[in-house]
Parts: sequence; structure tokens; C-alpha cells
Amino acid sequence: MLTSERSIARTRLHDRVFSIAGGLVTLGAVMFLGVLLFDLARDGLSRVDWQFLTSFPSRRPGQAGIFSAWVGSMLIMLVTAVTAIPLGIAAGVYLEEYARKNWMTSVIEINISNLAAVPSIIFGLMALGLFVYKFGFGQSILAGGLTLGCLILPIVIVATREALRTIPRGMREAAYALGATRWQVVRHHLLPYSTSGIATGVIIAMSRAIGETAPLITIGALTFIAFLPPAPIVTDPELMIQPLRWVWSPFTVLPIQMFNWVSRPGDDFLRNAAAAGVVLIALTLGMNAVAIVLRYRLRRRIKW
Amino acid sequence: MTRGISTWAMVVIASFMSCATTVASGQARLIRIDGSSTVFPVTEAVAEEFQNSKRGLVRVTVGISGTGGGFKKFTRGETDVTNASRPISAEEMKAASENGVQYIELPICFDAITVSVHPQNTWCDSMTVEELKKLWEPAAQGRVTTWSQVREGWPSEKIELYGPGTDSGTFDYFTEAIVGKAKSSRGDFTASEDDNVLVRGIEGSKYALGYIPYAYYAPHASRMKAVKIDWEKDDLPAIEPSMENVVSGRYNPLSRPLFIYVNKESLQTRPEVREFVEFYIKNVPQLASEVKYLPLPSAAYEACLERVRKMQVGTAFAGHAEIGVSVEEIIRREPGVEARPSTGGGGK
Repeated sequence: MLTSERSIARTRLHDRVFSIAGGLVTLGAVMFLGVLLFDLARDGLSRVDWQFLTSFPSRRPGQAGIFSAWVGSMLIMLVTAVTAIPLGIAAGVYLEEYARKNWMTSVIEINISNLAAVPSIIFGLMALGLFVYKFGFGQSILAGGLTLGCLILPIVIVATREALRTIPRGMREAAYALGATRWQVVRHHLLPYSTSGIATGVIIAMSRAIGETAPLITIGALTFIAFLPPAPIVTDPELMIQPLRWVWSPFTVLPIQMFNWVSRPGDDFLRNAAAAGVVLIALTLGMNAVAIVLRYRLRRRIKW
Repeated sequence: MTRGISTWAMVVIASFMSCATTVASGQARLIRIDGSSTVFPVTEAVAEEFQNSKRGLVRVTVGISGTGGGFKKFTRGETDVTNASRPISAEEMKAASENGVQYIELPICFDAITVSVHPQNTWCDSMTVEELKKLWEPAAQGRVTTWSQVREGWPSEKIELYGPGTDSGTFDYFTEAIVGKAKSSRGDFTASEDDNVLVRGIEGSKYALGYIPYAYYAPHASRMKAVKIDWEKDDLPAIEPSMENVVSGRYNPLSRPLFIYVNKESLQTRPEVREFVEFYIKNVPQLASEVKYLPLPSAAYEACLERVRKMQVGTAFAGHAEIGVSVEEIIRREPGVEARPSTGGGGK
């Protein structure tokens, strides 16, 4: 009697100790992030203004800005999204719903998981040989976007498969029992139910891509570029003939601009680098916030 | 598609599209530049001014692939101009001639590698090249660790060393000039590819010593002390790195010329490239000092302009970096396209 009480008391104590330790570790991690963000914001926030967002790089720190950098980042992300998302979702659906489970598919599965862990610089080297030289895309937005597309493709595929797996088996069986074809099941049931999961995965993958520097430097992203690519939306009818002219344009992106400013002589450019960091973090947090809102709203619509 | 996915796609695409509504003005001419990150601030300044003066009709892009990476692209004919913190090497000359790329070599400014110490360091005002060699050669590793071992009478305190990482052109040049062989250095020092890290290290400790490009020393001159350098091979006393001493060619052997290389075909066939290069030579003296680099004597710039007018192709170095060559000497030499067989090491 006494021993069992003691054992219960001991177990409870363990429980308490673990929850306090876990809480402290979490607090530590969050505080570390908080201090980093605070330090960055203190250095850079006052520098972020309209002039900074709409000026090109300059040798004078006070006149320099990130116009070409953030527009470049956005356009690269657009190419990345347009290529990696449809391909990744299609591949995920195929592997999860259509492909037979045999040695071929398990080899593909293992390789996709491995690809997700390959360092990004390797993707950069692959892209330099394939996109820049072999396909002749040059150092363009197209080459940069496809590089990051390759980088996040495995993440999108894995996220899609995980999302499809959370749908109960009964849903598929019920649909098949009513005579639905495989495509009908995918289109009317599986995709709608898994949208929130897929969207979360996609946006997390995009947030990773927007911070990438190494593969883009490898393929030859530029540092000083004081003009914008031709606009994706053209109103001038004469220019409508080549609406995709912007994908061939040279580019720079936010992390590269930051990297360049950090390594400049003197302290003046450090404030600019911190400010560019604030903008980059705001973009990433913004994308994550969109993911959370989407997940919440889409999940509310599904009632099983 | 389902409503879920399509709303989601709309949100993302709309947010991307809204960002780039500025319409580009027609088909502008483009000058592509890449290469050394050391030369980058100078070329960036020139490119900025040139673009302003052309009101967007000519566009210039500048990358930072490094001197080696820049030459790879340049010798393939992908760039019009390349920045270089050392002369073209024998292999790069070979690549250029195989691809039929001819180039014009233009020295455009100086960098003075600055040996600096903490301002409270009262004992070390000047050092000889021999002392620097004793401190930095590979044999010093683990053995020369205190100031008193470098020169008698200096404190027997541990010396903290800071220097650039092995991928840096500054590292190559310093080891070649001091130790006598490029990339030959002791390994037990704090190394960083980011020169600002070295600056902070030197400013942080009374017993520190490090070497950095002059452009990184100049903005911090009140918080660091530059060591005067005494070269046994010249008759001058110990010389401190300063605008005056470098431009007059007295700060040796640690001042090095920085270059741009121009593709001859671009120069001949495209008026905007020619205009840019001439703009570069005429404006670089003022713009270089604005970004804390050291301009050449004005006679050198006239010789550069002359070289562009005459389209003199080739290099004055025959594929090998040299130590302590004055800029007059570089300009006086007739450039050639043949690489001299390697003899190892530099020297006059």
C-alpha cells in the first residue's frame, strides 16, 4: 500500500520535473529567437522606409535601397511556385494514390526523402550545368526560379503525401463503393480534404526558398543591378507579344544584397543589411501567417 | 480545381503580380560585369554614376563571383568586363586564347594591405618584412606565439593573430609578398572571409595583430593603429599605409594594383562598352577615393586611356602575379599574350 503510493508520488514528481524542464527549454529557444529579432529590428527597423524599398543599390549607404532585390526575390518565387507546386502535388498524388507498391516506388520514395536533405549548394551546381549552360537559360530569373523549384520539389511531394495519408481510409472506400473513378475520388475528395495540409507544406517550402543564397550565387545572381525586369503584366499592346520577357532578365535577391552589405568596409552598410534582414523576416513571417490562416479556414469547412 | 486550391493560388499569384508593375523602358543595352568582390565597390560606384549619366539607356550589372570565377565567365565570352584583384593567370590566358577572347588589361586603383594592431599597443609602430615573415611563415605555427619572440624588448604576452581565409585574394598576395610563396602561411590564426570580423577582432584586444585591405582599415582608423612596414629591399625607412605613400609607390611590398579586364570584341563592336570604359578611367580617381580605395598616379590613367585607344591586348604579367611592381613599370611594359613558363614565386 505504502509502496504503491510512493511510486505514484515518484511518477508524479517525474511528470512535474519533465514538464518544467520542457517548458524551460521551449522558453529558452523562444527567447533566443526573440533576442535575435529584437537585435535585428533595433539595428535595421528605423532604416526601413519608402525610400529604402524603392531605391536601387548605391555606393552611398544612405541612398541605397532594395528595390531590385525584393522585386527579384518575388519574381524568383513566382517561377518557383509555378513550376514546383503543380509538379510536386501531382507527383505526391501519383505516388500515394496511383503507384503500385513495388521496389521501383520504394527506390523513388527513398530518393525523394534523400533529396530533401541535400545541401542547397549541390542544387546550385546542378543548375549551373543544366539550366545555365546546357539549356542556355543564362543567368536569368528563369534559371534561378527553376533552381529553387528543384530545391523545394521534394518538400512539396513529401508534404502532399503526408496530407493525403491523414484522410481516413473510409472516405476513399465510400467513394469507390458509389462507383467513383480514381480521378473522381482524387478531384472531389482527396484534394479538397488535403488542401490545408498541402498549402501549409508548400508555404513552408517557399519560406525556405526565399532565404536561399548559395545556389543563386552559384548560378550567377548579380549584386549590383539598378533596373527592374520587364513587368509581368503589360498594358501596352505592343509589348503583349512577349509577355514572358521578364524571365530572361538578370536578377538579384534579398539575401544576396544583404550578404554583400554585411561584407562591405565600414559600419554604414551594416544598418542597410539589418534593414534588408527585417524585410526578409517580415516576408517569411507573412508567408507563414498566410499558411496558418489558410489552414484554419480550410479545415473549418471539412466536417467528417 | 477545387475552390480551396484556386482561392489559395489566386492569393499567392495576386500578391506576386502586384509587386512588379513598373514597365521597363524599351530595349536597353546591357553591359555585363563580374569578378572580384574586392574591386566590386569601385566598379559599383562607376556603374552607378554611368547609369545615371545615361538616364537608363545603358544598363550595367555587376556580380561578385570572385576573381577566378569572374575570369571563367570572361574567358568564355559571357561578360564584357571582369574585375580582378590579381593579374590573369597562365591557365586563364590559355582558356581565353582557346575561346578566341582577346582582352585589354587596365590597372585601375591600388589596395594597400594594412597590418594593424590595437591603438593601445605602444610598442609596435613598425615591422620589417623579415619580422612579418618570422611571424606568419608556416614554421612559426605553434612556436612563435608571443610578441617578445618577434622582436626583443616587446612584451612577452601572447600575440593574437587575425587574417583572411584561404580563398581570399588578400591572403594570396600577403603570403606571396611576405613569406615568398602564395598560400604558404601558418594555420593557427583566427581566419575569416569577412574582413569586418577581422576588424572587430583587432579592435577588441590589446595584444592582437592582423592584416586587412586598406578600405577596411580606413573607416576604423581611429580605433586601430596601422603598422609601418620596412622593406629591406628598398632604401626607404618604414612606410605607413596612406593615400600619399601608396600613390607615390613607396608603400611596398604590400600595395597591390587592382584591375579590370575588357573584352576587345565588346570594346570594338559596341559603342556603349567603349563609352563605359572611358568613363571608368576618367572618373575612377575620384570615385575610388570616395569608397576608400587608393587611386593610381594620373599619368597611369592617361596610359590606360591610350591603351584603350590603341586596343593593346594582352597582359603585362605573362601569367604570374608579381610583388612590388610599381604602376609606372606595369604601364611601361608592352602587354603580351604569351604566358611565361612558371618559375614559382615573384620578386622584381
